[in-house]
Amino acid sequence: MAQRQAPSDLTAAASARAGRRRLSIVGQLWDGLLIAGAFVGLIVLWQIATTAFAIPSYILPSPLEIIAAIAGDWLRLLQNALVTFGEAAAGFAISIVVGIPLGVLIIYSKWLQRILYPLLVASQSIPKVALAPIFVVWFGFGPLPKVLIAFSIAFFAIVVNTVVGLSRTPPEMIHLMRSLGARPMQIFFRVRVPMAMPYIFAGIKISAAFSVVGAIVGEFIAASSGLGYLQLVADNNFQIPLLFGILVLLSVMGAVLYYIVVLIEWIALPPPLRSTDTGQGHGTL
Amino acid sequence: MMEPIRDAAAARGLPITVCGIDMVFGGRGTPVQALAAVSLEIAAGSFCSILGPSGCGKSTLMMLVAGLYRPTEGHIAIGGKRLDGCYTDAGIVFQTDVLLPWLSVLDNVLMPARVKRLDMAWARSRAGDLLGQVGLSGFEARYPGELSGGMRQRVAICRALLSDPPILLMDEPFGALDALTREKMQTDLNRIWADDVKTVMLITHDIEEAVLLSDEVIVMSPRPGRILQRFPIALSQPRSPEIRRNPAFHHIVDEIRDLFRATGVL
Ligand SMILES: Nc1ncnc2c1ncn2[C@@H]1O[C@H](COP(=O)(O)OP(=O)(O)O)[C@@H](O)[C@H]1O
Ligand SMILES: [Mg+2]
Repeated sequence: MAQRQAPSDLTAAASARAGRRRLSIVGQLWDGLLIAGAFVGLIVLWQIATTAFAIPSYILPSPLEIIAAIAGDWLRLLQNALVTFGEAAAGFAISIVVGIPLGVLIIYSKWLQRILYPLLVASQSIPKVALAPIFVVWFGFGPLPKVLIAFSIAFFAIVVNTVVGLSRTPPEMIHLMRSLGARPMQIFFRVRVPMAMPYIFAGIKISAAFSVVGAIVGEFIAASSGLGYLQLVADNNFQIPLLFGILVLLSVMGAVLYYIVVLIEWIALPPPLRSTDTGQGHGTL
Repeated sequence: MMEPIRDAAAARGLPITVCGIDMVFGGRGTPVQALAAVSLEIAAGSFCSILGPSGCGKSTLMMLVAGLYRPTEGHIAIGGKRLDGCYTDAGIVFQTDVLLPWLSVLDNVLMPARVKRLDMAWARSRAGDLLGQVGLSGFEARYPGELSGGMRQRVAICRALLSDPPILLMDEPFGALDALTREKMQTDLNRIWADDVKTVMLITHDIEEAVLLSDEVIVMSPRPGRILQRFPIALSQPRSPEIRRNPAFHHIVDEIRDLFRATGVL
């Protein structure tokens, strides 16, 4: 019977193969190579432009000067980067540990949904960056206020995406599960959680980037170590190439956190659930 | 192959009784009456179609029989037992395929076995048999997103049949398919049913499909849905596609079409 498939079956199989290619590791690597190529091209262009137009390095240092600044100061940079990374990672981890369960509670509690959720959404109009000085007043100059700022910026994206994801289960799927005699717990773990996964991961990716922002902002306000602190020092000493070097390290840090999440997503989720973009995400600084 | 736990009578299907059902949907706006005074009886092991225009409450009727909705008035009984809550032994094919996109074809078909904690070795072999019967051998590891609409609907039918349910409820299972695929699947369904008789309630808006497959066709009026007339189909089962050339087939189709014309549906 299998060899007597209708034509529509064959075209479906063909388009499925095309879809697989797009989702495959090879396809992703190819896309990655293209992006890397464009990136390198941009750097080269930058180098040529700064040399050709003789732009002074206190306005825009060339990529080579930036690399030299990083290489000349690498130990200090590494030590301070680890401080910032620790703060960001802690804030990020707490925002996952708090954000996902809070999203689940909001979905399952009418009261939280009616009262806490609107408050959370409204809280997003507060520029959380402005909380930084207050946190310093409350929690001192150590790493704690930085972790808390990172957390307060990062966790909202996770909560909202968890709530949105868990509420996206089509009613027909719930009907199907109920008709099979599934208990609420079975419906939750077999349908609602998988359905929410692309959203939750999109939220986690956003907060990965946001948590680095939070840590830096905290260090700008009051710190004696960390890349944010080092930026202020470099700025005061007019070390513009170093300033740019720190920017590079911060970008790398955000990217590392982001791609750790992507890696976990690839390992943990079957292809149809992997979020391919962060378009679903919500969040404000 | 038979599921070992059920007795012989249930294996041939259970009768469905719908008794004096009114269904009114509340909500914020004005209440909508979907069904009015619907009573019907589907004999154990018979194939019955509910035929009516779009929006007349056919899906609602199926959800009521599945126990997924509660009637405003009246009651449903399956195998002589009144429903109180969800009926969990029916195989259901919903209007959309409702496959879980993150599960492979095989895992979708096995979902009833996982939820009901059936013997997995038995379930796997049955899933393989069913997928083979609908021409989907070799697609077990694919995801639903990689399949055509017709293939997905066949997977949904396999899933509904997996636990060897005593009743099968289907809501316009072929409605979204192209004409050729639909005809093929109608033939497949008739064969599967004739091989292993169950009580089937098929929702459809396709007159020929209803007459082709059913022992009885129940015709409903536009909303609020009432039962207009019941048409016993005296053609012998199983039905081959050649039955479309039979004058008796066309006679019944025309009769139903006349009824729709008389009530202003056509
Ligand atoms: N869950 C619901 N809530 C409110 N109204 C509904 C609901 N389901 C169906 N209806 C209404 O009931 C009527 C019958 O719907 P339905 O049973 O889906 O018809 P059919 O399947 O025959 O096309 C329609 O007017 C529809 O708007
Ligand atoms: Mg319908």
